[in-house]
Amino acid sequence: MNLIPAEWAAVLYLVAAVCFILALRGLSSPKGARRGNLTGAAGALIAVVTVFLSAKLDNLPWIIGVLIVGSLIAAPVARRVKMTQMPQLVALFNGVGGGAAAIVSLLELSRVHSPYTALAVAFTLLVGGTSFSGSAITFLKLQELMPTRPLTFPGQRFLMSLVVLASIAAGTYVTIERLFVAALVLLALGLVVGVLLVLPVGGADVPIVISLLNAFTGLAVAASGLVLGNTLLLVAGTLVGASGTILTRAMATAMGRSVSGIIFGAFRKGGSTAGSTAISDRPVKSGTAEDVAILLNYAQKVIIVPGYGLAVAQAQHTLAELAETLEARGIEVLFAIHPVAGRMPGHMNVLLAEANVPYEKLKEMDEVNPEFKSADVALVVGANDVVNPAAKTSPGSPIYGMPILAVEDARQVVFLKRSMRPGFAGIENELLYEPQTTLLFGDAKDSLSKVLAAVKGM
Amino acid sequence: MMDPITLLTLFVLAVFVGFEVVSKVSSTLHTPLMSGANAIHGIILVGAIIVAGEAHTPLILAAGLFAVLLATVNLVGGFVVTDRMLEMFGGRRAPAAKKPENEE
Repeated sequence: MNLIPAEWAAVLYLVAAVCFILALRGLSSPKGARRGNLTGAAGALIAVVTVFLSAKLDNLPWIIGVLIVGSLIAAPVARRVKMTQMPQLVALFNGVGGGAAAIVSLLELSRVHSPYTALAVAFTLLVGGTSFSGSAITFLKLQELMPTRPLTFPGQRFLMSLVVLASIAAGTYVTIERLFVAALVLLALGLVVGVLLVLPVGGADVPIVISLLNAFTGLAVAASGLVLGNTLLLVAGTLVGASGTILTRAMATAMGRSVSGIIFGAFRKGGSTAGSTAISDRPVKSGTAEDVAILLNYAQKVIIVPGYGLAVAQAQHTLAELAETLEARGIEVLFAIHPVAGRMPGHMNVLLAEANVPYEKLKEMDEVNPEFKSADVALVVGANDVVNPAAKTSPGSPIYGMPILAVEDARQVVFLKRSMRPGFAGIENELLYEPQTTLLFGDAKDSLSKVLAAVKGM
Repeated sequence: MMDPITLLTLFVLAVFVGFEVVSKVSSTLHTPLMSGANAIHGIILVGAIIVAGEAHTPLILAAGLFAVLLATVNLVGGFVVTDRMLEMFGGRRAPAAKKPENEE
């Protein structure tokens, strides 16, 4: 429809772009986050309405039908997804966005008349394809449909170099000759790059890779904006590409990793980087819920370290009740939140907020680490990698260099664990075998309920 | 179609805005911010609609509509899941503000 002139459409696109900038700024502060997100959604709505009103479009019934179907699929899934599965859902949404950008550019190739637009097509195909397949692999890893440890095979580096060279060749063909077949080949190569890029990334680093692929998709969208001559796509995609890059670096810094180390680490070492995933048969000290209750009841200061296991068991309410019960007896209780505890930054804050744990009780890593020395008990609930001293002591370990919570400084350490299975990064935790450590096996919710009952009975 | 220099200018300026706007984000908000940015690039939907609207053969129309589907999932799902994450954060803001419980 041509209901509004092109100038108006340009102004409305500008309004949408401003909405996106405000959205990103809002999302960077706790106060404005939710409003920021709604501002972004409003911008998107304005943009979509504008394209319907301003562009000359055929096949309208089809487009609107698919739009409705897509919304009806996505909204309920996003509404109902479990907390623990949010990161993989974000990965999935990111991947389909990259795929959409690649298809848009592929279909526009026949209308392209200048070499620089053709270059933008080539860029979108390669990067969009990479983002699509890379996100698919991160989804499979987070959903544990494939092994979460770094996967490497002999010749991986060689194959990657080969694919990159082939991509340059195909990209040149797309740019100069505008060959449709070369474009398809380039898209296929992009898909291969995504798989090769993410396979060697270890489980704990996956959230950072999602953020990186998110920035990739942003750049692919920006490039398709160049292809279509659409300034909104250019600006919005570039915003996401730039802010995504900053965010990726911030996330990597929070874990003490470098982005290039994560992407190329496994390539450089060229072999299996993960420690043994076999379960060791060394003796450990396992206790009963009553033993743990006694330790807690006679402590003066308890620091609770929540992890992914807490989220899986949905035990946050029981944990909050245990903390309240202990506090009612004059015991100081703190929660130590590692930046990447769980499967995404902020995971534990969300979970504990849901159980109404006061915000002041949640201490970030730098703030809480000196406190462990004066703590009688560190209660580790379903966390593993974030308290693994291997990050400090064994340079060969994949998590070496990641800042960890100093639970080993506490007088007693209690682990609530499902089994002796190593954590997400696939590395054994030496702390489990230390004399001051007590293990209580079982589902976090069951264990916490039993401990809570025992504490109340004292 | 705009000239390449104008587009390049837009690109460079947008890069700096993107850098600046998220430069001071606390680690707690990393995930919602990533998710929100993820939703924003779902705006490729506009491109997908244009391409599907230009399609004149069934094959191209099918591919265009597929792009519309993928982009819609990215855009709608992205904003909804971000809102859901932030809704969970919402619970903790009341106690953090230390307001007396004068409203139910």
